[in-house]
Amino acid sequence: MKILIKNGRVIDPSQGVDEKRDILLEDGLVSPAGGAARGADGDVDETIDAGGLVVSPGFVDMHVHLREPGREDAETVESGARAAIRGGFTSIACMPNTEPVIEGDEGAEFILARGREAGLARVFPIVAISRKLEGEVLSEIGAAMRAGAVGVSDDGMPVMRASLMRRALEYMKMFEAPVISHCEDISLSGSGCMNEGNTSTLLGLKGIPSESEDVMVARDIMLAEMAGSRLHVAHISTRRSLELVAEGKARGAGVTCEVTPHHFTLTDEAVKGYDTRAKMKPPLRSADDVAALRQGLKRGTIDAIATDHAPHTEEEKDQEFDLAPFGVIGMETALGIACSELYHGKVISLPRLVELMSTNPAKILGLPYGTLRDGAPADVTLFDPDAEWTVDEREFASRSRNTPFSGWKVKGRVVSVIVGGKVLMRDGAIAS
Amino acid sequence: MTRKEKARIMDEDDMTRATMRIAHEIVEANKGTRDLVLVGIRRRGVPLAHRIAAAIAEFERKELPVGTLDITLYRDDLQLVAHQPILRKTELPFAVDGKVVVLVDDVLYTGRTIRAAMDEIMDFGRPKAIRLAVLIDRGHRELPIRADYVGKNVPTSSREIISVKLSEHDGEDGVTVEELKP
Amino acid sequence: MKFERGNLLGLEELTGAEIESILETAESFVEISERPLKKVPVLRGLTVVNLFFEPSTRTRISFEIAEKRLSADTVNFAATTSSAVKGETLKDTARNIESMGIDMLVVRHSAPGAAAYLADILECPVINAGDGSHEHPTQALLDLFTVKQNRGKIAGLNVLIVGDILHSRVARSNIFGFSKLGASVTVCGPPTLIPPGIEKLGAKVSYDLCNSLPEADVVMMLRIQRERLKDCFFPTLREYSEFFGLDGEKMKLARSGVTVMHPGPINRGVEMTPEVADGPYSVILEQVKYGLAVRMAVLYLLSGGELSSEDSH
Repeated sequence: MKILIKNGRVIDPSQGVDEKRDILLEDGLVSPAGGAARGADGDVDETIDAGGLVVSPGFVDMHVHLREPGREDAETVESGARAAIRGGFTSIACMPNTEPVIEGDEGAEFILARGREAGLARVFPIVAISRKLEGEVLSEIGAAMRAGAVGVSDDGMPVMRASLMRRALEYMKMFEAPVISHCEDISLSGSGCMNEGNTSTLLGLKGIPSESEDVMVARDIMLAEMAGSRLHVAHISTRRSLELVAEGKARGAGVTCEVTPHHFTLTDEAVKGYDTRAKMKPPLRSADDVAALRQGLKRGTIDAIATDHAPHTEEEKDQEFDLAPFGVIGMETALGIACSELYHGKVISLPRLVELMSTNPAKILGLPYGTLRDGAPADVTLFDPDAEWTVDEREFASRSRNTPFSGWKVKGRVVSVIVGGKVLMRDGAIAS
Repeated sequence: MTRKEKARIMDEDDMTRATMRIAHEIVEANKGTRDLVLVGIRRRGVPLAHRIAAAIAEFERKELPVGTLDITLYRDDLQLVAHQPILRKTELPFAVDGKVVVLVDDVLYTGRTIRAAMDEIMDFGRPKAIRLAVLIDRGHRELPIRADYVGKNVPTSSREIISVKLSEHDGEDGVTVEELKP
Repeated sequence: MKFERGNLLGLEELTGAEIESILETAESFVEISERPLKKVPVLRGLTVVNLFFEPSTRTRISFEIAEKRLSADTVNFAATTSSAVKGETLKDTARNIESMGIDMLVVRHSAPGAAAYLADILECPVINAGDGSHEHPTQALLDLFTVKQNRGKIAGLNVLIVGDILHSRVARSNIFGFSKLGASVTVCGPPTLIPPGIEKLGAKVSYDLCNSLPEADVVMMLRIQRERLKDCFFPTLREYSEFFGLDGEKMKLARSGVTVMHPGPINRGVEMTPEVADGPYSVILEQVKYGLAVRMAVLYLLSGGELSSEDSH
């Protein structure tokens, strides 16, 4: 099966490429004959005209929550994989805090099988650090990694016991994969439900101080250095956490971090009006934090954009702010928001955007994607950085609707998505 | 303390003749080679035992079994030495029960070495008889032990040392008397 | 080169030559256990006390038999039934026993450095039968001896020690012993059980047993204790033996003629399947046999007296 993508602006940071060129996909791989195929329209099966579009390696979302098994009413592996395609993500890595928890070889194999059945975006399991996510003893990490897991995390929860986190970091040295940490000191967050600051005082809501994240980031970086191991800080949200990551990197520690689109776009002021679609963990922070995150994206302290896509049903979110569950979805708005806020907002360039959404997340998880070099799997995302559209969650493929960007006008839209040489979305429509 | 040579007692030919005579005496006393085994006491008793066995093989056309005995673990003076002596192996490739064991050593002096050798042999079984063959008997027994076959009797004073050289160990054959000088 | 120390506390302080001389001496003791009368009088009249504060069957019995075969009088002291329970300090216990005129002490204790501590305060020679996670010199010596008897030499061999290195005195002593005799040592286990700085002691580190097996001439499997589970060093015994246990499948990666060892007691099915433990490459029972000869050699070498003597007629 030969597909020619022509006239597009190919941006592939893994090769340092940003230029107009044609790409030929053959039998599910990027063909070395790409350049030479210019004009050879005759012997290809499909030609895609990418004029005016960016041709990027498929996006990789390294932090999503699919609610299968246990809460299929909110999301399943399949609906999540479909939402991923609409968002331009050809690969996603899902967190283990389902019911039951994803752990061991059985858990890993379950997710991989469901992903294969769905036949949409590639789905990779991140498995639990602690058995049943109880934070007490290690789960069978080795068996899970052998079965195809790409990392370990107790996300949703922090690993409160430093000794357990240390063991997890040491143990993971057997595998070329990161320990992904949800950095939060539960005793400091307490029953807080939004950022602790002027807005929380105004609204009378209990606050989660930034320090609740900062102390754990500090602890985890130190433990990672002690173990000589790889740490990835999930959903970073504060200025201080970023400083700690930057210092750690300067010392040569194996630490990376990710940021969500809602964290670099919204401040805690979005909670005014008590809209539960502005409630998530870590919470939306102050304007100063948001400014620091944008600096971090620009400077390279932040390695990846990951959505922390957290589906909840309308009933769940339709409660008093205090009682509603934490979390917002994000796969189908990620590019639109990132493009509008960061590219059009003149914070970063398009190649840097592709690096954040594809190259780096693939590298951190050790996946052979995030690149369009010869012979690489044909995972390609075509997007129009200038296309304007309005966010209407009723069009989403996700089973849930809890987005804070409802009704937003954004600039930057996914057009077509190819996974393993198969066109799964064409001109904005999922191919059946 | 240094050692100074005083007199040469036996040369190579003397030793060969003595060995040959001892070999004949052993076989004569035993009325043949039946049940006869030779056991050399480490270190210099061992090559002597082999020489005697070779001699016997020549005139009797019979290869007698030869064993090696290290008596270190049976010494009565281990608690008096600063560090334990180097231990070598005991190898007796035959059962001792019912055999006429001829112990072979180079010099018989206080008799303590032979006492230890006999104790060790007895721990291996019950020989029919134990006999003793030595190249030199220098007197000064401290225990009631006597040799059955002697190469040469050499009266000495306790300040003197009998030095037996065997080509297997020392590159040459010969027996000399040396004196300890302060 | 003779072994001329007053105690055997560990292999770290010994030279390769001293270790060689102990092994050579052990050669002569192998034969004694094959005699009809398995006894020599060399330690007759000497009293040796086995002071064991940690439970141990095989090591204590091995020392006891070794002592008895050398005609020594043996006294056994097991911590549970004794003054340790009544609250007596280690120092007082040892001093009291020494006042009864003992000639040698064999001690096993859970505190690293206990043997050295006793060697300092007592007059008689002290043999370390295991002090916490620090050293177990007679075990390493018997391991070295077993390899020597089986393979003829130690220099140039690749030795792979697998398991809970962090808590293992056997591993430490063996790293010293094998390195000093010219072998190359690699330790292998989950990263949580490899102590920091082990490279400085002379060992290479591997987290992948299958990767390291093909190059190993000697594979030494260490015992895994169930207590390690609750301290989260690894998730389950099942996962541990998947990755670090020796079974028929993994043995296919090993060299033919590889020597497989274990200090015992074995957790069958965890470190090793019965097939491997009882298989043709296993020298585990020989280790026990040679353990006797090695311990006899050590007892002999440490039993020397005070004055020097001339070794001639």
